[in-house]
Amino acid sequence: MADLHFSDAEPTASERRAVLAALSVDEASDGAVVVSHPRVVRAGMQRRKRMRHQLLPALHALQREVGWISPGGLNFVGRTLGVPPAEAYGVATFYEMFRTEAPTHELSVRHVCVDPICALAGAAPLAEHLRSQGHAVHECPCLGQCERAPAVFIQGRREPDRVPADGSGPDSLLVSVTASTAEAPSLLRQMIGRDRGHSESMSMEAYRERGGGAALDAALRLGTDEVISQVTAAGLSGRGGAAFPTGIKWRAVADGGGPKHVVANIDESEPGTFKDRLLCELEPLAIIESIAVAGLTVGAEHGWIYIRGEYPLATQRLRQAIAQARGAGWLGDDAAGSGQPFDIELRRGAGAYICGEETALFNSLEGFRGEPRNKPPFPTTHGLFGRPTVVNNPETLLNVNEILRIGPEAYRSVGTEGSPGTKLFCLSGHVGRPGLYEAPFGMPLGELLGLAGGVQGTLTAVLLGGAAGSFVGPDAETLPLSLEDTRAAGTTLGSGPVMVFNDTAEMSAVIERLAKFFRDESCGQCVPCRVGTVRQHELVTHIRRAGGPTEPQRELLGDIADAMGDASICGLGHTAASAVLSAMRLGLLGDTA
Amino acid sequence: MTRSCESPRTEDETAQVTLSIDGREVTVPEGETVLAACTAAGVETPTICWAPNLTPVNVCRVCVVELEGSRTLVPACSRPAEAGMQISTDSERVRHSRRMVLEFLGSANDLSQASEIADWSRTYGADPARYEGSGTRGASGGSGDDDGGSHEQPGPERVDEPVRIQDDLYIRAYERCVLCYKCVEACGDDAQHTFAIAVAGRGFDARIRTEYDAELPDSACVYCGNCVAVCPTGALQFRTEFDLRAVGEWRPDDQAVTRTVCSYCGVGCNLELHVQDERIVKVTSPADHSVTSGHLCIKGRFGWQYVHAPAFEPPTTSAAEH
Repeated sequence: MADLHFSDAEPTASERRAVLAALSVDEASDGAVVVSHPRVVRAGMQRRKRMRHQLLPALHALQREVGWISPGGLNFVGRTLGVPPAEAYGVATFYEMFRTEAPTHELSVRHVCVDPICALAGAAPLAEHLRSQGHAVHECPCLGQCERAPAVFIQGRREPDRVPADGSGPDSLLVSVTASTAEAPSLLRQMIGRDRGHSESMSMEAYRERGGGAALDAALRLGTDEVISQVTAAGLSGRGGAAFPTGIKWRAVADGGGPKHVVANIDESEPGTFKDRLLCELEPLAIIESIAVAGLTVGAEHGWIYIRGEYPLATQRLRQAIAQARGAGWLGDDAAGSGQPFDIELRRGAGAYICGEETALFNSLEGFRGEPRNKPPFPTTHGLFGRPTVVNNPETLLNVNEILRIGPEAYRSVGTEGSPGTKLFCLSGHVGRPGLYEAPFGMPLGELLGLAGGVQGTLTAVLLGGAAGSFVGPDAETLPLSLEDTRAAGTTLGSGPVMVFNDTAEMSAVIERLAKFFRDESCGQCVPCRVGTVRQHELVTHIRRAGGPTEPQRELLGDIADAMGDASICGLGHTAASAVLSAMRLGLLGDTA
Repeated sequence: MTRSCESPRTEDETAQVTLSIDGREVTVPEGETVLAACTAAGVETPTICWAPNLTPVNVCRVCVVELEGSRTLVPACSRPAEAGMQISTDSERVRHSRRMVLEFLGSANDLSQASEIADWSRTYGADPARYEGSGTRGASGGSGDDDGGSHEQPGPERVDEPVRIQDDLYIRAYERCVLCYKCVEACGDDAQHTFAIAVAGRGFDARIRTEYDAELPDSACVYCGNCVAVCPTGALQFRTEFDLRAVGEWRPDDQAVTRTVCSYCGVGCNLELHVQDERIVKVTSPADHSVTSGHLCIKGRFGWQYVHAPAFEPPTTSAAEH
């Protein structure tokens, strides 16, 4: 390596093996300089950037092999990929799942979620119990298993990562209001009442028998303009939380020059949200098909799945589905007989809420710290690797499949004028039957809670939209759950979490935890969020101890909220005060002295 | 990157865009930023992470302005100027966010050597003491969510780091670091391409670090000092300045600045010698210099001790030798 400086630390043989097994590079080649023709060499930064996107897989491999990112291992990764060690260290220290200090044990690590729903369900005693049994325990933010709280994820040491609940316990509850009518959109229709996880039902044949492949056929038959015009006519908006019109996004990327990318954002990390995990576990081929539809429609060559690292089963099934799709000819040099090349690569996140923000996701995937980029420019022109990029949530992508199946008019037959179609709601907390519910946009909150078996005990508050959302009180039972109605009511649906708290929940503890969540998950890049989330958490902690806010504390929280909302770079900072402020308005933090 | 919006230019030189800054129409070349337009309109804009010779990273957010039609404020330093933009630089929202950014920094960092930030803090009425009084000062006892954060200590959390003195050339005092990323940029893509330092950690715990916090002499650092030159808070400081400050002898007002050309090689880097009491105490280069863009190498930056070496008597030579 010509121009990078490394310390003397050397990798062990097992570290070397683990890293090389995870990468598609040849150890013999000098990472920085490649002679591609006697008179043409690729070198320096260009070459470096071409390989750097493999940094995260390499770090995952090290972590699994030796339980930390050792100096020797980091040097080896840096030399192999041409990444300066200081930058690789900066990336490694960004993620919850990587350690940069030598572990004192050789155990797999049990991550125990301590966010509100799991805390109510006994996360603290569970963590204590696991510790007493000699397990290594790491308390962590939401693991996306809120319907079966308290959640545990095991980060494997020389063994695959796994979630204990995946192999035991009852299946997660799925309910769809629209599944009974074939002409209505329903994402869950084919997943309800099916034998789950059996290899037979996961086969391409079984998927085709369920109607799989029809969306891809329709997309190829209709062509780019007609697909986009149907998506636009259906009024589809993004289901990841921002609700941006999908048709506008796709049109912009379709109009851009190649190479282009499609990214499925499965970094589902909003506390209270678990829908994408279930979609990927139950119908992975539909996810792959929908990514192919997006890619072939906008003329992208590269499809990417960025899935959070704490979803091992969904990851495994998506990988299997990618292989099946390649076998079926959906992916490859002539994808689905379109004449266009399109393939999908899967990447795992490593524990960082911020990486669900689309531009932070790009940086993470490219092997940089998962810090959001300033917008504009937008991903439609400057996305992954600086190229035009469609980035969508899997729920959004599956809605495109439904639009292609039934047409935009039938699609609009459910939902409201401003929010056509259905929404997946993740119900958790004090409801009779926590689970994943598909309901038309516009269903009143009380009706949705009724579907889920009603509130257990006396309702105190519902947190809509997760940590980035806001609390509503018992009087919100008539609130129609549509984009426009929630916006008018000063709240949000976000990605669809509905977290229910009855009068046994210590609300000030819930709110302090939400404030702590943002303090921990702020990437630290911009001042308003880096310091504002800390000051907010300190204030909430103090208010909780005092039993209520003073007038100056109310004012200060408002000042912090305004600055974070107005001056932060990305949505994390913009929404970091939303739940706290709404809680204060509802008196959940106590009355002003 | 040279900012030339104030210089007269003809219409056909490059495309121009006209926008409104506080109700005043301003015309700047296409591709210029809102910050440049503000400057052209005679509006002074506070900046911390922006520098004329670095790519804008827009992280400090003290330069935010209000753009009509935008839900949030926008960073002037990096937002390209577009025709028809209606910009307010002194609205209540702008003043509030600027005040809060300065207040946040004042509550978290030692800004005693950041005179520009102190000036802006006065202008915007930033009051970092607000967090002492009504924050967590004096709070004690456990919280319900006790996972060992340092928030248990009384008072708002501050960036608390020992001064790192690992060599004779410069020191690092990260309690003064506001994480503006300038040093990382100067060490990396924007100037030196050495990549000795990067941001490590996350959130409030993010810090500028070598890998595993290795000591500088063991790191990739080549001691060009370009990071020190761009630091806005004195978190990075030349050893000469650090030592003089320690004895109360750092007197910028008594320093003369002499511009010269570096004597080491033929590139022609311009140097600014900062001289106090007949001694060189610091060497910089003008950010707008065509050769250096403000950046130097170790020789130009630190290789000036020979000037102060004991007088040397040259041997006499005869004209015949020439």
